Amino acid sequence: MTSLLGHPAGGEGIGYSFSQPTAAPVKQHGFYPYTDNGGSTLGITGSDFAILAGDTRSTSGYNINSRMVPKVFKIGGDDETGEGAHIVLSVVGFAADGNALKERLDAVVKMYKYQHGKPMSVSACAQRLSTILYQKRFFPYYVTAILSGLDEEGKGALYSYDPVGSYEREQCRAAGAAASLIMPFLDNQVNFKNQYIPGSGEGHALEQKKAEPLPQATVEQLVRDAFTSAVERHIEVGDHLQMMIITRDGIQEVFHPLKKD
Amino acid sequence: MDHFPGTWGRPRNDVYGAYDPTYLQTTGPKTHTSSPAVTGTSVIGVKFNGGVVLATDNLASYGSLARFTDVKRLRVFGDNAVVGFGGDVSDMQYIDRLLESIDIRENYSTHGNMLNAKNLHTYLAKVFYKRRSEFNPLWNHVLVAGFDVDGKPFLSSADLLGTTFSAPHLATGFGAHLAVPILRRRFPEEMPIEEITREEAVSALKDCLKVLFYRDARSIDKYSIAVITKEGIDLKEDEQIEGQSWAFAERIRGYGRQTN
Amino acid sequence: MPGFDFSNYNRNAALHARGVPLPKATSTGTTIVGCIYDNGVVIAADTRATSGPIVADKNCEKLHYIAPKIWCAGAGTAADTEFTTALISSNVELHSLSTGRDPRVITCMTMLKQHLFRYQGHIGAYLVVAGVDPTGVGLYTVHAHGSTDKLPYVTMGSGSLAAMSVFESMWKPDLDKAGAVELCAEAIKAGIFNDLGSGSNVDVCVIENDKPTQLMRNYERPNERGQKERNYRFPRGTTAVLNQKIITKEDMKKYVTIETLSGDSNLAGDMDVDS
Repeated sequence: MTSLLGHPAGGEGIGYSFSQPTAAPVKQHGFYPYTDNGGSTLGITGSDFAILAGDTRSTSGYNINSRMVPKVFKIGGDDETGEGAHIVLSVVGFAADGNALKERLDAVVKMYKYQHGKPMSVSACAQRLSTILYQKRFFPYYVTAILSGLDEEGKGALYSYDPVGSYEREQCRAAGAAASLIMPFLDNQVNFKNQYIPGSGEGHALEQKKAEPLPQATVEQLVRDAFTSAVERHIEVGDHLQMMIITRDGIQEVFHPLKKD
Repeated sequence: MDHFPGTWGRPRNDVYGAYDPTYLQTTGPKTHTSSPAVTGTSVIGVKFNGGVVLATDNLASYGSLARFTDVKRLRVFGDNAVVGFGGDVSDMQYIDRLLESIDIRENYSTHGNMLNAKNLHTYLAKVFYKRRSEFNPLWNHVLVAGFDVDGKPFLSSADLLGTTFSAPHLATGFGAHLAVPILRRRFPEEMPIEEITREEAVSALKDCLKVLFYRDARSIDKYSIAVITKEGIDLKEDEQIEGQSWAFAERIRGYGRQTN
Repeated sequence: MPGFDFSNYNRNAALHARGVPLPKATSTGTTIVGCIYDNGVVIAADTRATSGPIVADKNCEKLHYIAPKIWCAGAGTAADTEFTTALISSNVELHSLSTGRDPRVITCMTMLKQHLFRYQGHIGAYLVVAGVDPTGVGLYTVHAHGSTDKLPYVTMGSGSLAAMSVFESMWKPDLDKAGAVELCAEAIKAGIFNDLGSGSNVDVCVIENDKPTQLMRNYERPNERGQKERNYRFPRGTTAVLNQKIITKEDMKKYVTIETLSGDSNLAGDMDVDS
């Protein structure tokens, strides 16, 4: 009687005489703390200006979260208007990490000004950003950051980062989803890679076209062409182009429409 | 009583057997929520001239089971802010308690309740981001509706990873696939929200809820809707989707050859 | 030997097990729709083909010919939709010749589902089959695993939900031709603008009783690219030439016979070059 009511002796389960197939491991739906919000950024410097730009599309999977989520931020300025800032940061990758990083750097630059009574230099800010990123070496901010401003001599300065803080000052850099599409274009059009001076020699003696700082109007055109082209071939880039133009007169922010498909 | 105070007041070993310490196992990895249990589906919201509308259905599912059919997923905060919850219902109730305690604290403070919807959204996004960074996420995707400091209509989203974004119309879950296309078509981007009336916004949301009920298997035709204006919050929590059309179904015959 | 060649199967399985990734197929992460109306049926598609997040083709054709009055919209793996519809088109033609009757949509749909079911979903073709035949108007969806459905309006592909939201909020019974075309185009546009896998233009095909089928390629083009701001034409001599060797036609004649074709020189001359 007990054997009918109670569990069979020797633990739970039905007492088959043949061996039980081992249960398939329970499929674990783990928590992954990152996501990719798509989009692309791009920065180019000139002799007395720097331009940092990004599209404003935020994606998750095949969905558009919003058509207007800026990726380029003024650092160290007024909370609402950004007034008084002289450094610009762009972040692309995981947007929540990007926001956290932006807010940390913004606080650092503000504290610097309150404590030292002078604005933080772009090179100091660049070093600090590297430290902030490396501090999270084993749980990184999943973003590609570009920091831009004017250096002590008034020349355009641009620093690009990897997610764990390796950084370098450069003339130009593209980051994010369409970086691999835009960067070769920049190499060719800004640093004149693979361009030789016609008639300057024969074969290997041919002279490479020298890279020199481009005028602001040209750079603006290059940025817009880079983005309208990236939109054509990358599905995560589109909606609007946000451009921050940093000159000695301050930071000018402009928006341009991009395709929305 | 013996000379070992640690055993005082405990069951006697000679009567009940030695205490089995394996019940208090502290070794092994600490685990956290790695998937939600009882869940709510979409939340949808639109801004209009002078306010925001937010809507959810009243269902809480347990997997594919329609478990609780009158769960209110719109929570009011203060005088003119509403949070719409998608995702885990127990985490929603935890956040609700969190918000309630903040509201009480704010109301007892000398300056009165100053937190607007934008502040609330910032706070929630930071709670979500902190918890995801601890690998102990709050499994929700929320929409926050109300006003910002300047008194302009505010609508923004935050999810379990701490991702935030804002738009004139938003939807979470299945609504992101089915409701957003409808809302973007009805209220195009170049159309300023000042041109959208309250009635248009409400009727758009009702249409979206209907489409979601048709096509989202984790939805129900009972819903809550909150209209947030400067005058206050008009919250209705026991509404029924109206004007459903199932007439076409009568003409459908099978999946291929059948005609009768 | 007819059918697929599996001779590389074992080698590829071994490579895959050692971590070599599978080749990436061009997929038409797509919006396709269909809708019947009083006297016929309309199908429509977007024109974007993708390979991962990259747009592989900005203006591809996803509406496939099966028979003069049976057309098929395809989503999923581009090659699978292409070859499956071509195969079934061929068989439908032979069947029609053998029976001496016009082909039927149901026949075509049954052939498709039986073909796809045999391959257990490995042929990644997701199709909307539509047409008119002596029995009337037909509109079906066929999934890669072989299941089918028959409905007055259908959507498929990654943009199917965006498109379905349009049908579910705007469809009404007893549509006329213009209404059905407009509704389908609207549904495709919902996919184009809300689904990243869909984009570019709208293709529409109208199949009507007692009228020739109308394929309206690029029925709407809501995503024209604007003018580029700079000119990217390089001056001659910009690219390094390390050495050059000229082989004359006379030299070539030692190895092959050369014939010069007379014809319109403009045919080859006017290539589409970015200015």
